[in-house]
Amino acid sequence: MTEPLLEVRDLHMHFPMKQGVLQRKTNDVKAVNGVSFTLNKGETLGIVGESGCGKSTLARTLVSLLKPTSGDILFEGESILNYNSKELHALRRNIQMVYQDPYTSLNPRMKAGDIIAAPLKAYNLTTNLKKRVLELMDLVGLKADDYNKLPHQFSGGQRQRIGIARALALNPKLLILDEPVSALDVSVQAQVINLLEDLQEELGLTYLFIAHDLSVIRHISDKVGVMYLGKMMEMSDSESLYKDARHPYTNALLSAIPLPHPGKEKKRERIVLEGELPSPANPPSGCVFHTRCPFATEFCKGNVPAFDLDEKNSSGHYVSCFYPIENK
Amino acid sequence: MLEINNLKAYIDTPDGIVKAVDGVSFSIKAGETIGIVGESGSGKSVLAHSLMQLNPKPPVFYPQGEILFEGKNLLQLKEKELRKIRGNEIAMVYQDPMSSLNPVLKIGDQLMEAILTHNPMTKSEARQRAIELLTDVGIPDPKKRLNAYPHQFSGGMRQRVLIAIALACNPKVLIADEPTTALDVTIQAQILELMKRIQEKYGTAIIIISHDLGVIAQMAEKVLVMYSGRIVEKGNVEEIFYQTAMPYTWSLLRSLPRIDSEAHERLLSIEGQPPNLMNPPSGCNFHPRCPFATEQCKLVDPELTERSADHAAACILSEAEFEEAKKRIETKDQERGQGHD
Amino acid sequence: MLSRKRNLIPFVFLILLFVATITAEWWLPVSPSVMDSGLRLMAPSSENWFGTDHFGRDLFGQTIVAARVSLLVGFTVALLSTVLGTITGLLAGYYKRLDSIIMRIIDGMLAFPSLLLALALVAALGGSVTNIIIALTFSFWPVITRVVRSSVLQVKTIQYVEAAKTSGVKDPVILARYILPNILSPIIVQGTFIFARSILAEAALSFLGVGVEPSIPTWGNMLQESQIYITLAPWFSIFPGIFIVMTVLALNLLGDGLRDAFDPYAKGKKKARKRLFKQKKQYAS
Repeated sequence: MTEPLLEVRDLHMHFPMKQGVLQRKTNDVKAVNGVSFTLNKGETLGIVGESGCGKSTLARTLVSLLKPTSGDILFEGESILNYNSKELHALRRNIQMVYQDPYTSLNPRMKAGDIIAAPLKAYNLTTNLKKRVLELMDLVGLKADDYNKLPHQFSGGQRQRIGIARALALNPKLLILDEPVSALDVSVQAQVINLLEDLQEELGLTYLFIAHDLSVIRHISDKVGVMYLGKMMEMSDSESLYKDARHPYTNALLSAIPLPHPGKEKKRERIVLEGELPSPANPPSGCVFHTRCPFATEFCKGNVPAFDLDEKNSSGHYVSCFYPIENK
Repeated sequence: MLEINNLKAYIDTPDGIVKAVDGVSFSIKAGETIGIVGESGSGKSVLAHSLMQLNPKPPVFYPQGEILFEGKNLLQLKEKELRKIRGNEIAMVYQDPMSSLNPVLKIGDQLMEAILTHNPMTKSEARQRAIELLTDVGIPDPKKRLNAYPHQFSGGMRQRVLIAIALACNPKVLIADEPTTALDVTIQAQILELMKRIQEKYGTAIIIISHDLGVIAQMAEKVLVMYSGRIVEKGNVEEIFYQTAMPYTWSLLRSLPRIDSEAHERLLSIEGQPPNLMNPPSGCNFHPRCPFATEQCKLVDPELTERSADHAAACILSEAEFEEAKKRIETKDQERGQGHD
Repeated sequence: MLSRKRNLIPFVFLILLFVATITAEWWLPVSPSVMDSGLRLMAPSSENWFGTDHFGRDLFGQTIVAARVSLLVGFTVALLSTVLGTITGLLAGYYKRLDSIIMRIIDGMLAFPSLLLALALVAALGGSVTNIIIALTFSFWPVITRVVRSSVLQVKTIQYVEAAKTSGVKDPVILARYILPNILSPIIVQGTFIFARSILAEAALSFLGVGVEPSIPTWGNMLQESQIYITLAPWFSIFPGIFIVMTVLALNLLGDGLRDAFDPYAKGKKKARKRLFKQKKQYAS
C-alpha cells in the first residue's frame, strides 16, 4: 500500500517576464520554487495555499501541460519529463484532472454523454462506448436520461459530477483535483466531497487535492502540504498538521478560518497576518514568509530555512521554519 | 432605522417570472449587524440590491412591500431623491473588488468624487478627508496612494478602498454583499476585522450578506437565513447556531467542512439541488431536500412563526417534534458512520 | 431569429431575388436579350417596367438576370473566404509557431485596400467571373482570418480546451469539436457581411471596366453602360443602382440580425419588456 506513485523532486517552474516594446526578459516569476513530495498509492495529499502560491501551476506541471524549469517528476518510479509525445499520450491515461470551475471546464456545445465519452474516443476505446459512459454516469450519481443534455441544463454540482466522470473514464491511477468544490454551494460541496471519498475507496484511486483553505482538506486528506510563494512551508500527515501545526503560516491560515460557532468566535484569539502576499517575481530574501510573519527575526531575513523533518514528530512532519511554534 | 415589510422583488426573464425575493420582512437598528445567509440563487443579492434600488428595472420589479428608511418608503421615491440617499445614507460594498473600481481613474479621484457628490466642500478639504478615510481603512502611506491606479493594488487593498468610498459620507447603513468571497482567508480576516473596527468607531449599521456561515458567526448579531427567496429562519446568532429550529439551517450547519472535525469525518450532505425559482416545489420550498419532510410538507407552505422572543422559523414541525426528529437522524447517521468504517 | 420582422423582410427579399433570377427565362414576358432598335432608351412603361437601354433591350429583365452574377460572385466569395479564413485563422490562433508566419502574410495582404488588391489581380489575370471570384477571395479572406484567430485565442484559454488536452484528445479533434463550434457565430456574421461587400466590389470592378466581360449582364456592367445616358435616360442607371443598394442592405440587416441572434443577452429583451408591462399590472392588482 505504501508504494510511491508520484514523486516530485525539487521542482521549479519559472515563467519569464517580458517587458517593454522589445519584449526583453526582465525577471522570472517563480511560481513553483523548489517543491518536493512523495505521494503513495491510495493516499490523498492535500495542497493548501492562497492565490498566487503556485498550487495550480504545480498541478499543471504534473499533468504535463507545462514543462518545469528544473527538478524531476517520477510516476511509478519513472521520470516523465523527457517523455516524447507518444509516451505522454500513454501517461495521460493514468493522470487525470478535475477542474475548479464547473462552468468553463465543460464544452457548452457538447452533450453530457459526449463529454464523458471524449477521453474514451481519444484512446480508441470505443467498444461498448455507450454502456461504459452510462456506467460512469451511474458511478458519479447522474441519471441515464442526462446523457443527451447540454451542460447549461445542469446545476453546478451536477456539472462537477460530469467533470469527475470524464476524469474517471480512462481508469486513471492518479486524480489531480484542482479546487473541485470551491465554486460550489455549501450544501452541494458536501455531496461532491463524499462522492470523491466513495470513489477513492471503490476504485483505489490516489488523489492530489488542491484547495485554498484548510477546512475542506480536513475531510479528505491523509497528508497535507501548505504552500506559500512557490515553496512548501509545512507538510505532514493530516492528524499531526491540524493538531500540532508548527509553521507560523499554517497557524495563521488555521486561525483565519471563521468557525461556524458564534460562541467560540467571540473568544477566539487569532493571528491576523499583516500585509499582502509579496510578488513571486521578487520573493523576499531569506525565508519567503518573513515579511508577514509575526515571529520573524533579523536572522530570517538573511537565511533560508531548510525543509526539515521536525525532530519532535517522528511521523514525518516536515517544516520549513527556524522558530517553529510549540503547541501544548 | 431601516425597516423592510413584506418585500417582493420578482425578475421577469424570457422563460418566466422568477420570484427572487418573495415576501421578506426585517428591520435593523443603528450600530447593529445583521447577517443574511443563503446559497446562490436564494435571492440574498437581489434583496441587498433592492434595499438601495440598484436592481435594473426591468427586468426586476417590486409587486409588493415597502422599504422604510427613516419613515420614507424607498420604493416610492423618485430617482433624484434616491440618489441623495444612495451613497450618502446607505452605502454598499460589493463582492468583486476587481471590477468595482474604474481602472482608468486614480484611487484618490474616485474617493474624492464620492466625497464631493454629497458634501459641499473644497477640493483640498475633500483631499484631506480622502487621506483620513484611507488611514481609517488601514492603507499605509495614504498620501502617496491617492495617486495610484486600481491595478497597482492587490485584491485586499482594493476592498479597503471600496470600504473607504462607502464610508465617504458617514452612511448610517452599510450593505456588504459577500465582501470577502473573492479574497484569500488571511485577507478575509483582515477585512472582517476592519469592518468591525469601523462599526465601533462610527456606529454604522451593517447588513452583511454571505454564503459562509463562519463569516456570519463571526460578524453578525442577528441572522436571517434565506432559502429560495424567503426567510426561513431568523433570530440572534446564538439561537440560529445553537437552537436551530429550521431543518434547512440545521442541515446546512451539519454539511459544513470544518477544521475542528476528525480526519476523514464524513460530511453530512443535503441531498438534491437548490430549487428552480421559476417553478418552485409545492408546499414548503425545502421539502424535496428535507430529511424530516412529511406528506403534510408537500401541501402546506409554512409561515415564519415565532419560537421565542426574537427567534422565528418557517417549519410546520413544533420544537419538540423537531428535537425528536433530529435525534432520530443523528442516531441513524452514527450507526451508518460506524458501519462505514 | 426569423420570427422578427426586421430579419424576415431582408430574408424574404433575398430568397425572392434568388428564385426570380434563376427562373427568369420561364416567366419574363420580354426576353432581356432581344434588341429592338425602335425601342431605344424608352422610359418605364407598362410594357417595359424599367424602360429600355440603348439597344432597346428590356431593362427589367436585364436587372433581374444580372442578379445571377452578383449573387454568384457574392456567395462564392463569401463561402471561399470563410472556409480559407477559418482554416488559416484556426491554425494561426492555435499553434503559436504558425501564428507569426501566417499573420505576417495576412498583415501584408491587409495592407492593401481590398478593392485595390482585387483591381490589381483582375488586371493581371484578366476579367472573367472566375478571376473576379479569385481576386475578391484573396482580398476578403484575410479579414476572416483575423476574426477567427482572435476568437480562437479567446476560446483556447477556456478550461474545457485544457481539459480535453489532459484527457488525451488530439489537436485536430480539439480544433474541430471544441474550438470551432464555439466560434461559429462571429464567422457566420462576418461571412454575411463579406457577401454584401463582394457584391459591391464586383459592381465597382465592372463599373471600372475591369470586371466581368461586358457581354454578360451584371449590375456593374449596366451602370457602366448607362453612364453616358444618365441625363437622357436616368432609369437606365437608377434601377440597377436600387437593386445593388437593396441587396447589400438586406445582407447587412441579415448580418446584424444574426449577430443579435447569437448574442444570448440581446435575445428576447424587447419581448420581456412587453410582457413585463402586462404582468406588472396583473401582480399589482
